[in-house]
Amino acid sequence: MDAVIFLVFAIIAVVCAINVVIQSHPISSAISLVGVMGSLAVLYLLLGAEFLAAAQVIVYAGAIMVLFVFVIMLLNAGAETRKGRSFMVQLLGVPLLVTLLGLLAYIVQRIYPIGTMVHFGGFTHGTPQDVGRALFSTYLLPFEVTSVLILIAILGAIVLARKEMD
Amino acid sequence: MDAFIIISLIKVLVVFAVLMTTLAYLQWVERKVIAHIQVRPGPYRVGPHGLLQPLADVIKLVTKEDLLPPYVNKPLYLAAPFLAITMALLPISVIPFGPSIHVAGYQTYMQLTDLNIGVLFILAASSMGVYGIALAGWSSNNKYALLGGLRSSAQMISYELPMSLAVAAPLLLSNTLSLHDLVLTQDGGLWHWNIFRGPFPQIFSFIIFLIAAFAETNRVPFDLPEAENELVAGFHTEYSSMKFASFFMAEYANMITVSCMATLLFLGGWSAPWPAAYGSGFVPAIIFAVAGLVALYHGMNAARGRDRLTFPVFGVIFLIIAAIFLLPMVQDWLLPLFWFCAKTGSILFAFIWIRGTLPRFRYDQLMGFTWKFLFPVAMLNLLVTGLLVAWFS
Amino acid sequence: MSEIPISWFLTLSAVLFVLGVAGFLFRRNIITVFMSIELMLNAVNLTFITFSYHWKQVDGHLFAFFVMVVAAAEAAVGLAIILTIFKNRSTLNIDEVETMKN
Repeated sequence: MDAVIFLVFAIIAVVCAINVVIQSHPISSAISLVGVMGSLAVLYLLLGAEFLAAAQVIVYAGAIMVLFVFVIMLLNAGAETRKGRSFMVQLLGVPLLVTLLGLLAYIVQRIYPIGTMVHFGGFTHGTPQDVGRALFSTYLLPFEVTSVLILIAILGAIVLARKEMD
Repeated sequence: MDAFIIISLIKVLVVFAVLMTTLAYLQWVERKVIAHIQVRPGPYRVGPHGLLQPLADVIKLVTKEDLLPPYVNKPLYLAAPFLAITMALLPISVIPFGPSIHVAGYQTYMQLTDLNIGVLFILAASSMGVYGIALAGWSSNNKYALLGGLRSSAQMISYELPMSLAVAAPLLLSNTLSLHDLVLTQDGGLWHWNIFRGPFPQIFSFIIFLIAAFAETNRVPFDLPEAENELVAGFHTEYSSMKFASFFMAEYANMITVSCMATLLFLGGWSAPWPAAYGSGFVPAIIFAVAGLVALYHGMNAARGRDRLTFPVFGVIFLIIAAIFLLPMVQDWLLPLFWFCAKTGSILFAFIWIRGTLPRFRYDQLMGFTWKFLFPVAMLNLLVTGLLVAWFS
Repeated sequence: MSEIPISWFLTLSAVLFVLGVAGFLFRRNIITVFMSIELMLNAVNLTFITFSYHWKQVDGHLFAFFVMVVAAAEAAVGLAIILTIFKNRSTLNIDEVETMKN
């Protein structure tokens, strides 16, 4: 049952990710990316990360991707045209990426051939209470720094995107 | 394992049937209440007092021509109402309607499933509901729809912030994210409800949550993006028949969800205002009996001919319901259900009452209100709650 | 049948990461490039949470949480920059934004 859930949502994630890269209009890529994030949220639930799964949907799929969709709708840029690329890039591009993928997969298989088995209920310390306890004790300094980071990002975005007032 | 699946299926069917009926009749209630606020009868002819009006509306919407305009972006156009209604109906699956009950030997919660991140699940589903509206506006290939869709989604995500902060404050008092446990911590009486208890009564959070809920569900006074006399009809301009009905149902389902959330977070869920030992078990029976007697009285001295037929029937029905509430065998699940529905119904009535009373905000007033007033107030409220909880614990 | 070896999660994360690199290198539309970066960040989040499951500690979740927060801040500023570029150059093709002079 867990393996079925993993396979279904892993296939959805990969298909949506391929769609992100292949589609010519940015809005289809954005919707496919929302699909990737949703299926990743289910995979996080399988790994016992309940708070992270909810945060993924609320923050990533529900706020960041809405921002992307807004910008695409506001700029109203059409589908991308395929201009010429250098011959060398077209020849070597995909094989090099496949080589990178093969290398990563080989490293993974060497280090963790069977290793731990994942099933629902294997890790029960991903509750909001545990995440909160770690967040406010061990990781208090990064937490405060990220709050300052968000403030800087808000100021930067407002300054960059406002209309000139003169 | 088998009994669990069968009981879950039965619960799903019951909740779905009740929810669909409630959605249809919520529209009837809204039309009647707004009509009486405006001193006119409202739907009156289709069935007794317009009670079959929702059925007539459903038949009309289903048999209307379902056209697919040729200039729309087809996948997104077809996906948008589906997304909207799915994300609006999902939160109902975690809302508890009552305590645990015994059904044919099995003990089960009156709730489809009790997640221990229940509150976050509802927030996540309402965040994803923005997509239905944004994609509906974009795919319609119509500048009014696009503007309406963009405005509506910007309003929804701007008001998600004070809503989340207003939700976080009573969670500091109750210390749990699971909705069932949230109600259990408010058990015992009026003074244990989150709105009245603890080091800091959550009255401000309740008001902020309700204001943000009005904006999240695109209701008056925040309904500029979908008002009929602005922007044609906003994001659902190009939709007809069942797809339009999906958006309509999604709006009412969102209303029901935020009312249930307000009840669970602030008003104590299914717990009675004073303990059952002091007679709170007789309140529903008394209310329905009074309603039945009033209906019978009006039936005797009615002005219109048809009222002489319908009011006594209503009176008798109300008296029968009052008698059902007095049966001892149903009291342990019917009474909590009554209190939950009464509280949720009061908040829904407040939604409808405000629709009949207030004018709508202009869009820049609405956005200025959230960013310059509501969000700082919600943050301040959360800070004060946290400070007092930490001091007194 | 009801358990999954942990290497499958890591392989899925590698596949998503490589797809993100492909989008980043091959696409010309600046918003699609940005979305490929978000795809890479999501793949890395999956790796963090997988290892957190393996070592039975919650710190991986915290790292993924901080990655999410930083990605949100970066998305806000990046999209504001994209809006400014579009206002000045009227194009979203990164091949045409090569020089700092207009």
